[in-house]
Amino acid sequence: MNFLIGAFKPPCNVSITFSDEGTRAQVSLKKDNGQSIMVPLFQNQESIIGEVIIEPLQGKKLEHTGVKIELLGQIELLFDKGNFYDFTSLVRELDVPGELYERKIYPFEFSNVEMPHESYNGVNVRLGFILKVTISRNIVGNIVECQDFVVRNYTPLPSINNSIKMEVGIEDCLHIEFEYSKSKYHLRDVIIGKIYFLLIRIKIKSMELEIRRRESTGFGSSTYVETETLAKYELMDSTPVRGMKNSGYNMLLIYFRSFTLQKLQMKLLITHDHVGESIPVRLFLRPYELTPTYRNINNKFSVKYYLNLVIVDGEDRRYFKQQEITVYRLLETP
Amino acid sequence: MMAGVAEDEEKWLAAGIAGLQQNAFYMHRAMDSNNLRDALKYSAQMLSELRTSKLSPHKYYELYMRAFDELRKVEIFFKEETQRGCSVVDLYELVQHAGNILPRLYLLCTVGSVYIKSKEAPAKDILKDLVEMCRGIQHPLRGLFLRSYLSQVSRDKLPDIGSEYEGDADTIMDAVEFVLQNFTEMNKLWVRMQHQGPAREKERREKERSELRDLVGKNLHVLSQIEGVDLDLYKETVLPRVLEQVVNCKDDIAQHYLMDCIIQVFPDEYHLQTLEILLDVFPQLQPSVDIKTVLSQLMERLSNYAALSAEALPEFLQVEAFSKLNNAIGKVIEAQADMPVFGAVTLYSSLLKFSLHVHPDRLDYADQVLGSCVKQLSGRGKIEDSKATKQIVALLSAPLEKYNNVVTALKLSNYPRVLEYLDNETNKVMASVVIQSVMKNNTRITTAEKVEALFELIKGLIKDLDGTAHDEVDEEDFKEEQNSVARLIQMLHNDDPEEMFKIISAVRKHILSGGSKRLPFTVPPLVFSSLKLVRQLQGQEENPFGDEAATTPKKIFQLLNQIIEALANIPVPDLALRLYLQCAEAANDCDLEPVAYEFFTQAYILYEEEISDSKAQITAIHLIIGTLQRMHVFGVENRDTLTHKATGYSAKLLKKPDQCRAVYACSHLFWVDDQDNMKDGERVLLCLKRALRIANAAQQMSNVTRGTTGSVTLFVEILNKYLYFFEKGNPQITVAAIQSLIEVITCEMQSDTSAADPTADAFFASTLRYIQFQKQKGGAAGEKYGPIKV
Repeated sequence: MNFLIGAFKPPCNVSITFSDEGTRAQVSLKKDNGQSIMVPLFQNQESIIGEVIIEPLQGKKLEHTGVKIELLGQIELLFDKGNFYDFTSLVRELDVPGELYERKIYPFEFSNVEMPHESYNGVNVRLGFILKVTISRNIVGNIVECQDFVVRNYTPLPSINNSIKMEVGIEDCLHIEFEYSKSKYHLRDVIIGKIYFLLIRIKIKSMELEIRRRESTGFGSSTYVETETLAKYELMDSTPVRGMKNSGYNMLLIYFRSFTLQKLQMKLLITHDHVGESIPVRLFLRPYELTPTYRNINNKFSVKYYLNLVIVDGEDRRYFKQQEITVYRLLETP
Repeated sequence: MMAGVAEDEEKWLAAGIAGLQQNAFYMHRAMDSNNLRDALKYSAQMLSELRTSKLSPHKYYELYMRAFDELRKVEIFFKEETQRGCSVVDLYELVQHAGNILPRLYLLCTVGSVYIKSKEAPAKDILKDLVEMCRGIQHPLRGLFLRSYLSQVSRDKLPDIGSEYEGDADTIMDAVEFVLQNFTEMNKLWVRMQHQGPAREKERREKERSELRDLVGKNLHVLSQIEGVDLDLYKETVLPRVLEQVVNCKDDIAQHYLMDCIIQVFPDEYHLQTLEILLDVFPQLQPSVDIKTVLSQLMERLSNYAALSAEALPEFLQVEAFSKLNNAIGKVIEAQADMPVFGAVTLYSSLLKFSLHVHPDRLDYADQVLGSCVKQLSGRGKIEDSKATKQIVALLSAPLEKYNNVVTALKLSNYPRVLEYLDNETNKVMASVVIQSVMKNNTRITTAEKVEALFELIKGLIKDLDGTAHDEVDEEDFKEEQNSVARLIQMLHNDDPEEMFKIISAVRKHILSGGSKRLPFTVPPLVFSSLKLVRQLQGQEENPFGDEAATTPKKIFQLLNQIIEALANIPVPDLALRLYLQCAEAANDCDLEPVAYEFFTQAYILYEEEISDSKAQITAIHLIIGTLQRMHVFGVENRDTLTHKATGYSAKLLKKPDQCRAVYACSHLFWVDDQDNMKDGERVLLCLKRALRIANAAQQMSNVTRGTTGSVTLFVEILNKYLYFFEKGNPQITVAAIQSLIEVITCEMQSDTSAADPTADAFFASTLRYIQFQKQKGGAAGEKYGPIKV
């Protein structure tokens, strides 16, 4: 039995180390099995340098047809699990075929690796980076050892960052104007804004700002869209400015009941002066687990973020207006 | 139904408190273990209990207070956290991660307080941020309490002048701006409460609102406490901003309360200097606002201010406080078309009080107020509203109380015009007030003109006003009133006879219109007042200027004659008779025989025609006799006529004893001590003898009807008369006559049939003692009495 076990055990230990392991930042990465491990963090254009150590088990001979190390950037779609799409694939041959009797160290180096995409662990899609060492063998299977690492890419402050400003409402019933100071936010940014109530004839229970993540995978007819609400942030309690005096309210209810109870038909209105109440918006993004916006990553998936302004009326009907924002990872400039 | 609601509310409150306490417990545990994350989590959950909409303000307050206590601990915890190295800026961000807005903002305010104390950022920036963020709560109740919490934690941290949080420049503006903004928002929320919920619960809502008003008003209080708010800042910024909010909120409850608040919390000096700004607002308020109370308060405060600090008075003049107030009131009344009369009058009444206190020397102001008031009242007819009436009385009483002198009030030309709008009853009350004022202050009213004015004021008492229902007048009250008028008439006096005569004529004119019920009260004082004048003239030379128009006793008597005649016509013969006799006596003293005779004639006519009651007759005849006895002006013929008549009347009295007494009294008519030509001893004796006869007849009548001869009193009385004349030296009265009379009396007393009468016995005994005494006295009297044997 011992023999048998020994036969299936890899005849050697393989480990991958990075040359700057001591100084490089580590981040946690959630694995398939649900456990988090700490892995090194890289960014685009960095050189990945390290060593592969192969240590045959005591007294064993390791015969191989070659040793190589690959750097793979892979996208795995949930509906196509196990099928990795490699968008980046770099190979370094470490050894010619031969035999290994003792511990051997192979240094490797991938210089200035193009890693335009970030690691991402979504609902329906995963994007990951691995270093994969393969010891090819003839008769028995190859020995493979993988090391995950994470890539994050930083963006400088955008030179143009327009505010989001829009006037929306339902004719003669609710006119609001909202304004978010920027359209692009970094991950630790604060959303600052104001909501102006220009006309209000419905009874509002509350108003909240949601941050929604829209992950779409696949393209064409086989597109899966997954929307998550990451943040629900209450902005306002009850109705501002007194209204309700107009009898139009009842009419309005009928209107909503007969058409749609959920979605508010937003419509651009003529600009008003800001006469009514204004409600401040200040939402810190830090507590939420956002990623940067990913647009059409290798034709496989996109991750977009939206600010959704939701008004809940007295009868719990929700009226909302969604606005896309761009999220980026800010390059910290000293 | 209502009980059910209250019960439910009790339950909800209990649930809220339970939830709050549970989370507070976990929060404390987290705080004890310095677990910031959990502490924040549980504090937010704890504060979530305040998100309820189910509680009435009263119950919500209870919940709030518990949360408030917990928040104190949270604040201390935050403070400790910063000491442990957590940056307060981070903390300020951390609390904002809370998803629910209400807990978030409570925590934010709490950290904000720590932040300001840390002085890591200027207080003004933090405050500005807080007050701005609080906009997120638009629910009236929750918003009010949140902002009140903000106000509470920020009170001692305003960047006020001299405060440790004072910033670089213009810092005071930031403090003011902060409070003003919080105030404005709170007021908006408070006003909005009115418009939420069904109309049928309006009353309950108003009650709830009034429970919350102090939360709003506290901001004004804070403003007034800010050291840096000086007059300029108040005038330029604070007041206009507050007033703008007051006007714009268009809510009557808020407007009333806030105006009142402004007046109460800021110093009077400020009010005085900003009077115009403040007053301009009043006409812009909602018609239903009870402006009168507020404005009255203001005027009252200003009056008190003027009263307390004399140095403030020039300021009042400088800012023309009076005319501004007057204008403002006019405008308010104009603006509030359906303000009840009551309101308008109250305003004027307050203004008048103000004017009297602040400008006691400016009578024209007071008159102006009354004039404005008349203008307001005109066209409204008599005032029916009892409250309004009360206010008018207050209005009219004010000058009297202030000056303690009706004369001053008489100078107010508009005074009587205001009176005209009172109903009759009140008019009387007012008149009484006027009279009492005169009495109390012993005011001399010295010219006919003033008298005219005065009578104009007390018209209500002087004559029947239109439509008075006599039946309703209480007899006692009426007497009281008329007595006071009578007293008033006595107070009218001028040493100059000409003027006094005018006064009398004026009074006469007024009282003659008073009707039969009043004349008996008003005529006598006038008559005596006139007689006083007569006596005054009497001492002077007759008609010193030879002027026809000059006042002479004759003219006065003519006047008197008319006055009394009016009384006689009512008829009140008894009183008229007395007055005639009084006049006759006065005429006697003036040596005006025809006048005196005329008065007597009038008296006799009255006696004959009007006085039929026997008792009244007795009194009247004695009065006539008494008066006539003292008359010396008459010639023999006139006197004869009059005495003859009097004697005749005496003998015609109904009861014998009365006849007897009247007749022996008549004897005096023929014997006047100091006038030799009027000592007719014979007729004296005749009278006495006649009296004796009547006394005899009376005895006999008594004997026949009762079986006893009755008392000898009459005889004793006649004996006394005999003795009197005997002493006076009437030759017709002889010792023999007296002697026989004594015997008759003694005899009568001893007779079996005579009834025992101790009084009469005693009387007789003392008469005899007197004779004895005179005898023993010796001298002339003793000699005279000597022959009489007792």
